[in-house]
Amino acid sequence: MATQSSTEAAVRPVNRRPRPMPWPLNIYQTAVGKKWVMAITGLMEIGFLVMHMLGNLKIYLGASALNHYAEGLREFGDPFAPREAVLWILRIGLLVAVVLHVHAAFSLWRMNRRTHPESYRSKRDYIAANWASRTMRWTGPIVLLFIFYHLSDLTFGGQNPSFQNGEVYHNVVASFSRPSVAAFYVIANLALGVHLFHGAWSMFQSMGINSPQYNSLRRVFAVLLTIAIIGPNISFPIAVQLGIVG
Amino acid sequence: MNLTLKVWRQAGPTAPGQFETYEARDISEDMSFLEVLDVVNEDLNDRGIEPIAFEHDCREGICGSCGVMINGQAHGPGFRTATCQLHMRLFKDGDSITVEPWRAASFPLIRDLVVNRSAFDRIIESGGFISVNTGSAVEANMIPIPKVVSDAAMDAAECIGCGACVASCPNGAASLFTAAKMQHLNLLPQGQAERWQRTQSMVETMEDFFGSCTSHGECQFACPKGISIDVIAYMNRDYLKSMSKNRKLGGQGLTT
Repeated sequence: MATQSSTEAAVRPVNRRPRPMPWPLNIYQTAVGKKWVMAITGLMEIGFLVMHMLGNLKIYLGASALNHYAEGLREFGDPFAPREAVLWILRIGLLVAVVLHVHAAFSLWRMNRRTHPESYRSKRDYIAANWASRTMRWTGPIVLLFIFYHLSDLTFGGQNPSFQNGEVYHNVVASFSRPSVAAFYVIANLALGVHLFHGAWSMFQSMGINSPQYNSLRRVFAVLLTIAIIGPNISFPIAVQLGIVG
Repeated sequence: MNLTLKVWRQAGPTAPGQFETYEARDISEDMSFLEVLDVVNEDLNDRGIEPIAFEHDCREGICGSCGVMINGQAHGPGFRTATCQLHMRLFKDGDSITVEPWRAASFPLIRDLVVNRSAFDRIIESGGFISVNTGSAVEANMIPIPKVVSDAAMDAAECIGCGACVASCPNGAASLFTAAKMQHLNLLPQGQAERWQRTQSMVETMEDFFGSCTSHGECQFACPKGISIDVIAYMNRDYLKSMSKNRKLGGQGLTT
């Protein structure tokens, strides 16, 4: 056997260790800490998705119910806080959560590319890794791009054919009447569902919430949560297209 | 039975590599996969071809040196077996089997199917010592340990450091290895004195070399010892605690 040069196959650190920041910022400097942040911010995003979906169900009660709900969001906290104050606090909190979630995802993706630069030459036979877990890096950006479009469509109105401030029901019907837009909303929500299916399970692992007594329920929770959020969400564009709403 | 083997051949760390096809004839179904490689190597030797280099030692699934990727699965299709325990009865006559080395940035290839797994040693080193009295072993029941705890610690301690978790992970993460090595001490009373120091330094050293866990769960099925990803959750929990404990304790003399 030929002697191999030990320097050529030497093991050197692949990732650079940053200079430690003061606690608790140093937690975010490690991948395990970043996963904690992804789990907590993901939980905040799930909280938003549930409230958003529940509020939007008012569309089935008619225009005045939905518009009244939308106005209620702005008046939330009255008379203790100025109009829209609580709404903006929630919006800023959600924005911070999304920015941290995306930043952590991006830096972990880069780390994993450094540590796993070579893929197998032969075909992998995955046993446990499912389609959802392996497409998180694609469903995430799809959902992010969708959020930009969604805000432009129904919050700022730039992408909406006839945007009227405060007339939520009218704006939604005007937007979803376009078949291509309705289809896009459905597809983006399915991508979000795939993302949720893995994320809502994975967050328990990231936060160390693990007990043999209820571990099997974590997957059940993820499936039920995904169906509960995505089902109603995709029903809205379909209902407008079928003429049930509008 | 007769088999066709597609084996990764690479003369050295920087040499170009490619799959070579070899015929393995008259293979008994009672053979282990390593014995098939032995048969092929004897034939190659007779023909004046350099034999396939592969790592092996105990051949009974406890040394952790024989891991290779077989048909896209770490240690092949056997359930909770290392490559040396993989019986050929799991294959059929005429099967084509692809054999590839572990691939990860911190597992540089030495030759053919052999990779350098010493990044694992760096993680173990960073874990440091546990404080026990030297001399003869203490009476076994002097330290009361609940049965469930000793069972859980034993499950984690089963890790043989073969690297299948890293090899099977789409991210090249060593979370299962590190968590198993950490938790078998963190769970026991003997491991408590240095628990938080060990947790922080092992996680940080792991991240010098390996990727991050995204909970694919692939590693627990690749593991020849069937170590569950539960230990990764315990590691994540202990890591967050360690950051706050080490801050309060002045790091227990922790130098990073």
